[in-house]
Amino acid sequence: MLQADQISKSFGPVKVLDGISIALEPGRVHAVIGENGAGKSTLMRILSGYLEPSGGGLLWEGAPIRFASAFEAERHGVVLIHQEILLADDLSVAQNLFLGREIRRGLMVDDAAMDRRTRDVLAELGTAIPADSEVRRLSLADRQFVQIARALLVPNKVVIFDEPTAVLTPVETEKLFVVIRRLREVGVAVLYVSHRLPEVKAISDTVTVLRDGRHVTTAPTSDLDPIDMARLMVGRDMAKLYPARSAGGGAVVLAAEGISVPGYVEDASFKLRRGEILGFGGLVGAGRTELFEGIVGLRPSRGGLELHGKPVHFTDVRASMKAGITYLSEDRKGKGLLLDEELRENLTLAALDRFARGGVMDVPAEEEALDGAISRFDIRVGRRNLLARQLSGGNQQKLFLAKMMLLEPRIVIIDEPTRGVDIGTKQQIYSFLANLAAQGVAVVVISSEMQELIGLCHRILVMRGGRIAGEVSGDEMTEDEIVFLATGVHEIGVETAVEAARPA
Amino acid sequence: MSQAVSPTPARRLGWRFDMRALSPFLALAALLVLGTVLNPDFMSVSNLTNVVTRSAFIAIIAVGTTFVIASGGLDLSVGSMSAFVAGMMILFLNAMGGAEWTTLAMAMGVALVLGAACGLANGLMVTVGRIEPFIVTLGTMGIFRALIMYLAAGGTITMASYEMRDLYRPFYFGDVLGIPVPVIAFLAVASVASLILYKTPFGRHVVAVGSNQDVARYSGVPIARVITLTYVIQGLCVGLAVLAYVPRLGSATPTTGLLWELQAIAAVVIGGTALRGGRGRIWGTIAGAIILEVVGNIMVLSNLVSEYLIGAVQGAIIIIAMLVQRSLQQRSQ
Repeated sequence: MLQADQISKSFGPVKVLDGISIALEPGRVHAVIGENGAGKSTLMRILSGYLEPSGGGLLWEGAPIRFASAFEAERHGVVLIHQEILLADDLSVAQNLFLGREIRRGLMVDDAAMDRRTRDVLAELGTAIPADSEVRRLSLADRQFVQIARALLVPNKVVIFDEPTAVLTPVETEKLFVVIRRLREVGVAVLYVSHRLPEVKAISDTVTVLRDGRHVTTAPTSDLDPIDMARLMVGRDMAKLYPARSAGGGAVVLAAEGISVPGYVEDASFKLRRGEILGFGGLVGAGRTELFEGIVGLRPSRGGLELHGKPVHFTDVRASMKAGITYLSEDRKGKGLLLDEELRENLTLAALDRFARGGVMDVPAEEEALDGAISRFDIRVGRRNLLARQLSGGNQQKLFLAKMMLLEPRIVIIDEPTRGVDIGTKQQIYSFLANLAAQGVAVVVISSEMQELIGLCHRILVMRGGRIAGEVSGDEMTEDEIVFLATGVHEIGVETAVEAARPA
Repeated sequence: MSQAVSPTPARRLGWRFDMRALSPFLALAALLVLGTVLNPDFMSVSNLTNVVTRSAFIAIIAVGTTFVIASGGLDLSVGSMSAFVAGMMILFLNAMGGAEWTTLAMAMGVALVLGAACGLANGLMVTVGRIEPFIVTLGTMGIFRALIMYLAAGGTITMASYEMRDLYRPFYFGDVLGIPVPVIAFLAVASVASLILYKTPFGRHVVAVGSNQDVARYSGVPIARVITLTYVIQGLCVGLAVLAYVPRLGSATPTTGLLWELQAIAAVVIGGTALRGGRGRIWGTIAGAIILEVVGNIMVLSNLVSEYLIGAVQGAIIIIAMLVQRSLQQRSQ
């Protein structure tokens, strides 16, 4: 139906896709897997008309085709279901579903018809979301279903799912699988992008593996086990990705007792020790980010906090920075870097006072710091006067790290440290964090990638619904155990559900 | 392959930065040529000096506006603030009486402090009160305008002492080595302002806050203080402009400074500062203020278009400036 033929894509000097070919067939679910930064998102965006390839082309039923825009792709029946929730919070579910394609009666919109149609579509998806409720009031999972419903409202022949289960519980994931199987039955070509390998195993017919923008293999799903997929994705021994663990476990540097962040976190208590890497796992929306933003003073919080044994309460992030705590936001582009400023301005922003001589900026000192950062963090740039926007995700993350490390923190809290970075950078970031810990810095890693937490951390605390659901360490650090704590449901249960639902 | 691609964005980027920074000056140069072609008298020293001198009020105020806009804010109150500060300064002079240098110096101090205080009020309402700058300054615009109306009882506040007028006169009409005092004043203000905006941590903070307030907050930038200070700087600039304004007419009326806020914003935008913040161009702003005055002057001298249409032409220039800016930006993407 839709085919990519030797597609390449470069952003400036960065080549993110290199000669990728895949073919989507009617009535088949084709999974694309790969680490963050492997090029999955770029491939999807090209297939759905959001981006144009720099080389190669698309074929529609065998004939070359060019999608000038996402609308044009949609007219051919190619729809992309975004990973990010792109809905208008203040509009109702029905209004969102029909946004930009309202059903009219004369000059007026026909709300009754749209509500009716919305109820039908949502019922088809097997959800009970009320058509007239404001999207603002829905859970993340419900919003995801609204987004799927909106996409499926247009006549579709090719449906592309971008990490659709990132915010879903296992039960909701199973509901989604029912929808996908129904699409397959009616002859839709489905592209399913995920890095959750058991899901890929359960739902897809064919798997394509990408690594660093290159095509690794395409094979029938039945020929691959999740462990094979992982090996193909990473392209090296998984064990080498993570550095050796240091001894960890020194004196307690930060003790939280009953921390609450109104609306997000209830009664969270934990201890952080010198030289350890403490992981925080859980589903998106479990309150991990909010807990630490509360602790460092980026949002209001209540509860007891002790730093080196002394009670503290931060109402301003500047105070916690001064006390040696640094928080690196998961939102690198929105809260980490000034995308339209150059490397130098970004690097020194958090520690600007250190680069002023007599009240005037000392640019040579800043340049020197940038030299240091570029070599210490291996930031790969052709020129120094690039804007942060022009860097790859991995280089942005390194620049962000370099920026916050200028504060010389004793406690580093890093939220989703490797989101959207390539595997090579991942390894560098892991070894950097391990080194920090070995030097006696206390490190908190918040991550939704369970493998990352298991490979990197000494202990992992798992949050669920704004509370700390439990702690795992040592041999207990398994994906199954973390998923159980994060959802309250054993993943084994999901797998049997998947097995049972599969046509014999 | 990736080696071969990299030089292209480099060249395009250099082009963008040069063009965006240069465009107000190029526009000014083009206007000067146009003016000369239409009327040879335009290029005379006396005419040009006159034009640049008259642009001083807006230029000085707009330097402050550059800070406010670069940090992502907006100040609509500067016009009525000018009238209010000018009125208060004259009332102070009249109340003190006499024609002493010390009195004049004190009156100048009053104008500067009052301007800064008005700016501080705006700033605190934006930061502590968490009200949109548009709304805050729309409110204070009305308040300041009403206050001057009240103080002047609907009429005119005039400097009573002729000796004082004579003493104060050189501050607008005087010159140093042939350069009018107001021109020296706005060059000095712009120099100090560019030092602050481009060379100090505070200037860096202003740009960071305007570029992305979240990033600034997560980086530990004292956002409230930075934003408040931009409004204080704006108020100080209004005070400075008033120092040059009062000796010119020796009076303040309820129509003093009418629509100056729009002219100041126009000068900033023509000068290449993005209205959404994150970029401030002090010298561009100066060029913008001069452009606005030159356009009026050309129209008066040329008879091409009725001078009653000055406002329309200035408005068209603002819109064209935005279109040019955007096309330069798009070319670079």
